[in-house]
Amino acid sequence: MYESFISQLRTIWQVLLHSFTKAETVQYPEEQPYLAPRYRGRIVLTRDPDGDERCVACNLCAVACPPDCIALQQGVREDGRWYPEFFRINFSRCIMCGMCEEACPTNAIQLTPDFEMCEYDRQSMVYEKEHLLIDGPGKYHDYNFYRVSGLKIDGKDKGEALNEAEPVDVKSLLP
Amino acid sequence: MSVGATIVFSLVLLLAIVGGAAVLTWFERRLLGIWQDRYGPNRLGPFGILQVLADMLKLLTKHDWVPPFSDKVVFIFAPTAIVVAMMLGFAVVPFSPELYILDINIGLLFFLGMTSLAVYSVLLGGLASNNKYALLGGLRSAAQMVSYEVFMGLSLMGVVMLTGSFSLRDIVEAQRDGWYCIPQALGLYVFIIAGIAESHRLPFDLPEAEHELTAGFHTEYGGMKFTMFMLGEYCGLILLSCMITTLFFGGWLGPVLPPIVWFCLKTFFFICFFILLRAAIPRPRYDQLMSLGWKVMLPLTLINLVATGAIALWMQGA
Ligand code: SF4
Ligand code: SF4
Repeated sequence: MYESFISQLRTIWQVLLHSFTKAETVQYPEEQPYLAPRYRGRIVLTRDPDGDERCVACNLCAVACPPDCIALQQGVREDGRWYPEFFRINFSRCIMCGMCEEACPTNAIQLTPDFEMCEYDRQSMVYEKEHLLIDGPGKYHDYNFYRVSGLKIDGKDKGEALNEAEPVDVKSLLP
Repeated sequence: MSVGATIVFSLVLLLAIVGGAAVLTWFERRLLGIWQDRYGPNRLGPFGILQVLADMLKLLTKHDWVPPFSDKVVFIFAPTAIVVAMMLGFAVVPFSPELYILDINIGLLFFLGMTSLAVYSVLLGGLASNNKYALLGGLRSAAQMVSYEVFMGLSLMGVVMLTGSFSLRDIVEAQRDGWYCIPQALGLYVFIIAGIAESHRLPFDLPEAEHELTAGFHTEYGGMKFTMFMLGEYCGLILLSCMITTLFFGGWLGPVLPPIVWFCLKTFFFICFFILLRAAIPRPRYDQLMSLGWKVMLPLTLINLVATGAIALWMQGA
């Protein structure tokens, strides 16, 4: 009884001392909080250093996405490159987990430190390819998927990629 | 004062109290914010004071809903009762030697009576809502008031004994040689606790206890009726602070500054103190509240009463 009374007085005193501590609040719109460069926010689709779309529409991101908010359709360009005919992210579902970025084999999909995406209309949270695609290479400046992959496209035949061996002619028995 | 002056003063007082209660909602949130290391409402107007206006607008434009399953007449009457009772309580408060509405020889009893009437508001509100949570809130408040009422009155009897009068002006005048907070420290302590319990504010807000009873007795209330409950609660807080000032801290007495300023300063200090209590102390469990009341507070009050009586008699004899 006596102890609890003292403890109450002590509590009051301790709380009173908080009059002199600084508030933790960040006055948000005026005062921007620090966001680390790898902060996971709004998603972008990047281009390779030559300015072509990086995404090859492999669907790995859509498969990895836990809330299933990515939808896309693969298409093949005349020069042999794959690309997404449409690429849609529903940001009202996205949980900014970064799984898509992890899954992407071409570094195409990347998360950026921007989270200010408020909308009055739910439909406006669905971003199409033209909203997602940016002009630069994002975090990886010199990565170009087609330069390292074995896929044949116009202007790059089998075996011509970086570090790629000549294709083996399985029809020949000569060593 | 003449009749005309009294009427004018009553109106001014009424406005001041309602305005004060409104500003208090904002002030309380700011203070709580400071003590919890945040800011509280600080956006609208200087220091966020216009928040009061925004809240008022919101509450005024809310749907004024009366639940179809409630006891309608009582449901509508209940929130007004608390405001009326608390406002009437202010009638006997002497703000300065000249500024008061009523100086009756039973002033203190009048105050106790009015605060007791306010209990009906909570009780009837809880009953009329016809809702389990509200009923539980009403039940709790009934039990809480019955037990705390007892020694709220008794704790003040020490003051009355020392003064020999129930008139609040006499009580203030009698404190010229020393405030009663020293000889009546025990009475002050009990009165503060009982007063908080009476105005059912945190830490004794068991009738509304958000975490267990949604909102207790005012679960079904919204819009203006809810506002009335809140207004009553804040008026109660101001009234309680005024009474503590008057009874234990020498009312308007004080050097240099005019009496009314002293009175307001002291009252303001106690309002802050009550908000601090709210910020610091957790709500007790219900049975703890009851056993604290009957097993600690009541004996303390009786000891205080007997001791004060003995000392008063001894001083008379000497
Ligand atoms: S960040 Fe996560 S939730 Fe959002 S699109 Fe990528 S995988 Fe899906
Ligand atoms: S963004 Fe990456 S993972 Fe997703 S479809 Fe395009 S290439 Fe594949």
